This record gives sequence, structure tokens and C-alpha cells, in this order.
Amino acid sequence: MDEKIVLRMENVTMQFGGVVAVNNLSLDVPEGQIVALIGPNGAGKTTAFNCITGVYQPTNGRVSFKGKTMICSHPTGKMKKNYLGSDEKKFASEPIVNPAPDHVVKLGIARTFQNIRLWKSMTVFENVLVAKHMRAKQNVFSAIFRTNAKEEARMRAETMALLEEQGLEQYKDEIATSLPYGLQRRLEIARALATEPSLLLLDEPAAGMNPQETQELAEYIQQIRDKHHLTVFLIEHHMDLVMKISDYIYVIDFGSEIARGVPKEVQQNKRVIEAYLGVTEDA
Amino acid sequence: MRKTKHTGRSLLAVAGLLLVIILLENISSWIPGLPAVFAPTSQLFTVLKKGAVYSLVAVSMNLLNGFTGLFSLGQAGFMLLGAYTYAILTVPMASKDQVYYLFGGSAVKFSLVDLFQSLFGNTGFGGYLSLICAVLVGILFAGLVAALFAALIGTPVLRLKSDYLAIATLGFAEILRAIFQWQTLGPITNGANMLKSFPTFADFNIRNGAGQVVLRLSTFVPFLAAIICIALIVLLIHSSYGRAFKAIRDDEVAAEAMGISLFKHKMLSFVISSFFSGVGGALFAMYVANAQAKAFTSTMTYEILLIVVIGGIGSISGSVIGTFLYVACSEWWLRFLDAETYIGSFKVPLLRSGFRMVVFSVVIMIIVLFFSKGIMGDKELSWAGIGGLLKKRRPKKKTPAGKEG
Repeated sequence: MDEKIVLRMENVTMQFGGVVAVNNLSLDVPEGQIVALIGPNGAGKTTAFNCITGVYQPTNGRVSFKGKTMICSHPTGKMKKNYLGSDEKKFASEPIVNPAPDHVVKLGIARTFQNIRLWKSMTVFENVLVAKHMRAKQNVFSAIFRTNAKEEARMRAETMALLEEQGLEQYKDEIATSLPYGLQRRLEIARALATEPSLLLLDEPAAGMNPQETQELAEYIQQIRDKHHLTVFLIEHHMDLVMKISDYIYVIDFGSEIARGVPKEVQQNKRVIEAYLGVTEDA
Repeated sequence: MRKTKHTGRSLLAVAGLLLVIILLENISSWIPGLPAVFAPTSQLFTVLKKGAVYSLVAVSMNLLNGFTGLFSLGQAGFMLLGAYTYAILTVPMASKDQVYYLFGGSAVKFSLVDLFQSLFGNTGFGGYLSLICAVLVGILFAGLVAALFAALIGTPVLRLKSDYLAIATLGFAEILRAIFQWQTLGPITNGANMLKSFPTFADFNIRNGAGQVVLRLSTFVPFLAAIICIALIVLLIHSSYGRAFKAIRDDEVAAEAMGISLFKHKMLSFVISSFFSGVGGALFAMYVANAQAKAFTSTMTYEILLIVVIGGIGSISGSVIGTFLYVACSEWWLRFLDAETYIGSFKVPLLRSGFRMVVFSVVIMIIVLFFSKGIMGDKELSWAGIGGLLKKRRPKKKTPAGKEG
């Protein structure tokens, strides 16, 4: 394989007390592709996302980004005794790396949320502008005394360009949460793009959308992938969206992988159908 | 383009306000026979001075509570640090023995006042210049010491959220108050006694050779200081950092996921807010002409919190308006409630010393119950807003006329 792997998860296990939410999950996200992580409700998809973005420290396993270890962990303390997963020896000799979420974003991984989390007191424009803050070259004093005027102007111009590109410019002065649902989702993606990521994590981008909107979203995701040279890793429930746009699919249930493959393979996989529709009783 | 126009207008308004303050202070000595309100001893000037000082502290608290969403109650503690730092550094050498008489003089063997007087002289213009420098440097150090303490306690304390943060910062303020009254520290803090004799607002009044006041500036100075500090806070809030603070207030998880370091920005807001509280503390010491630890109680913090809530959490202009209303009510307009009043031979019931606070509490309860968003909500007083208000008023007056016709 010549493809560069952007994101690699190795044996990632997340255990909360006695519950293993993600169990020994290993996956690769190659550059420029759209990879989906699917599974029934409560399968551990969002937990897997939170392990990648630094919200949770995984109990065991490694996440590497562009070939470099970004997150690495192994069971320590009490968890050593209570650990229910496997491969606990594999990373035991490596130092624990546990970056804060903002550090992960700085490396170039941006995300959206399942339940939209826009800043509710801010306008559409400001929501995107704030995401530009991280990469701005300035300090508090230059910000107070306005010696960063050039930088500020650049941020504003880039924000405006991004809004125009996403077709949100006519809403720029409206309060973000007053937008219709579909546009709020789009704004969340625009905000994530403002952090200049190379990997975009979408947490159920089509949740609560009707078939028409879902259709538009599918095209939209492909568009931004091409335009911003992104790799996209998404969690989704809507099968038609996933099947349509994904290059590769991982299926998990009860935290463990049950299938992987291109959409066609997954569609016909018996275990996937069982997990989604329940076991057929006829024997 | 519009923005520069608004900045120009705001600067003009501020300059106008300062001019009005100077006029107001001096008008009684220029035109005799004016009502007693304009006399320099009138409650009006108490209100203006205290209002200027408190509005700075209220705005700095609003930066933390209203804009960054950190519920901190350490304001009085940081004010105390500021007040003491200022006082310790500026008590003139000549007065030290008298101020610290219980401890046989001060452990701090220098004074900013004497330091600058040795540079610029102590009479006439040189004296005035050294006064300005000493006060400026003193105030700056007051802010820096408060900011330093904020940075020190910030690391453990800012891990806490909402109520827990409030309890921790309140505790910090109480501990400071106790420490500053500790007799062992007497040679520095003067123990439980007050520090005094340092430069106050009244020292800024320009006097002639005979020692008579030529131009009063004792209300102008706190206004100028407060306006400069509040302007800096406003500039911060409208900058990229201010937007990041608001993002943290609105949704911490989203802010972190968009690359805003929570710890760094919370710390920044905490340190800056404490800096200005320290400056406010120094100004407060100048206003009351003494620094005494027992003045900086949690009641003071609550007072400021109340102002912030009345004015509107997340509104700078609300905090300023709230401050002047609060201070005017508590120091001036409701004073009559404390005095025993007779109409003819009839003694008005209830009016006696302390009744003011009863009425005041009821007023506050009404505000909190029925106007929970405060005077301004999270809106700001702006030129566009004032213009809009005027425009709205006009058609309103016209509509009934139209209906008649």
C-alpha cells in the first residue's frame, strides 16, 4: 500500500469502571479518504472519537497521527487489577502520552459534535472567527493595544471567505443557534474547518436531517474534502449516507469491531445485519 | 470606516465626561451661591468617587464572571492586596514612624513618594510630578501583586468549576484578610491597624503657594484612572482573546475542541481581572484615605457581585450604570431613611438608623425577582443602540396620531 495513513488506532480500549466502552479497536484512516465508523446505538462510536480527540484518556492503546504517536496509554494504578481488555502488556513500556483536546486540534484534527455545540451568544461570523484564534500570531498585549490589526484583519477576511464558501454569508450577523438545524450543522463544519485541519472528524453529521438534507450533506462532505484536501473520518447512523460516500467502513458493536470493508462488503456482512436488525430466529 | 467614526465619538464622549467632572467639582468655587449639592463636601462627590472606583472593580469582576463564566468571589481579596501594596509603597518616610508607631517603624525602608521627590523635588510642579509618578507606580505595583497572587492560586483553583471555584476564591480572600491582620507581620502591614498618610485623591487638587486649592481634581483623578482601566478591559473583550473567553463561557467542551486552551485562557482572564481588582483596591485605599484589612470583607465582594448582577452579567456598560445607581442609592438617595424625621410634631414611623438597609434589601429582592437579567442584560450601551432607541421612539408617538386620523 502506497497510501499514507493519517490516523491509526492500535488496540485502543476505553474502560469506565467495569464497563468496556471501546474494546481493542484498531483501525487505519488513509489520507484523502472518507472512512466511516458505524454501529448500533451505544456501540461506543462517540467514545472512540473522544479517545482520539483527547477528551478521554484511553485505558490502553495508541493513537498515532501522520505516523507520530499522539496518544499512548496503558492501564495504571487500580485499573491494572481491574482491566478487562486485552494487550495490556503491549504498551506497558511506553510513556503515557495524554494531550489536552486543544493540543490535538493544533496538530490538525478538528471535530464536530453529535449534539450541536455552537456558542449560543455569538453570531455565525463570530463562531467561525473564534476558531481562528488558535492559529493567530498574537499575544494579549498586542490584542489589547491593537498592534495585531493585520492579523485580526486576516482572520476576519479568512472567516468571511469560509462563510461565503459554505453559503452562510447571508446569515453572518445572526445568532448562531437561531439558524435552521441543517445550517447549524453546516456552520459547525465551517467552524471546524476554520482551525485548518487535515483530518476532520464528523460525529453523526446527518442526525436529525431529512432524506433531502442528507443527500445534500453527502455531496457537501465530498466537496469540502476535495477543496480543503481533507481526510474525513465520520460516525453515522444513516446507512444510505455512509454507503454512498465512504471509501471504507468499520463496524463496531458493544465496543468491539465486528466487520470492516468497502461499503458493498459490509452491506452483505451477516454479522452487521444481525447487529442492526437483531438475530433472525429461523434456523 | 464606521468603526473609526464610533471610536472617535466614544473618545469625544469620554473627554466630554471628564470635562464635565472638572466643571462640576470646581463650579462652586467659581460661582458662589450655588445649591449645597455642588459644594466639595456634598454627597454627590462621594458618590462619584466611590462609583468610579467600584465601577472598575465591578467591570473586572464582570470580565471573570460574565465574560469567561468563572464564578469567582475573590474580588475583595485582590482589592486588599492592591490597597496594601499601594499603601505600603507610598507612605512617606516622614510619616512612617507615626503610622507604624506600635511596631517601632516600618520594615519597608523606602517610599515611592520620597523616591520621586528626590528626583523631581517636592515643591511646585516637581512636587506634583513626583506625586503623579509615585501614585502611578504604586498603583501599577498594586495591580501586579494582585495578578501575581492570582497566578499562584490559579493553578490549583481554576481546576474547580462553578460553586466550588466560588468557595475556594472566597476562602482565599478570607485567609488573606486574616493574614494581613496578623500582628507578626506588623512591621509591614501594620497589623490590625490602618495604614494612612499615603497620597490620596485630595492630594491631586492643585494648590497655590499659600496652600489654597486653585483647581479641584480629586474626583477627576479616580474617573480618569477608572476610564483608562475600563477602556483596556473593553479592548481586551473585543479582541480575539475576549471572543475566546466568551466561547469558554458559552461551551467549554466546544471551545476546547476548537483549539482554545482552557487552562491558559481561564488563567489569563483570572490574572487580568485580578490585576484590575488590585488597581481598584489601590484606588479604594486612596478614596477612603486608609488601608485596613477589615474593610475588605466578603460583604464587599457580595456588594460588587450585586452590582454586576443588577447591571447585567456580561455587560460592561451595565456594570458601570449599576455601580453608580447602587452607590448613589446606598450613599446618598436613601440616606433620608436613616434619619429620624418629624413632620410638624409627628414623628414619621420606621425611619431610623438602619432602616435604609431594610428598604435597600427589598429593592434588591425586587430586582433579582423581576429583572433577573439586570438593567442591560448582556447588551452594551452603544451609539447604534442609542440611535435605534431614538428612532423607535418617534414612530411610537406617531402611531396613535395616525389612528386618530
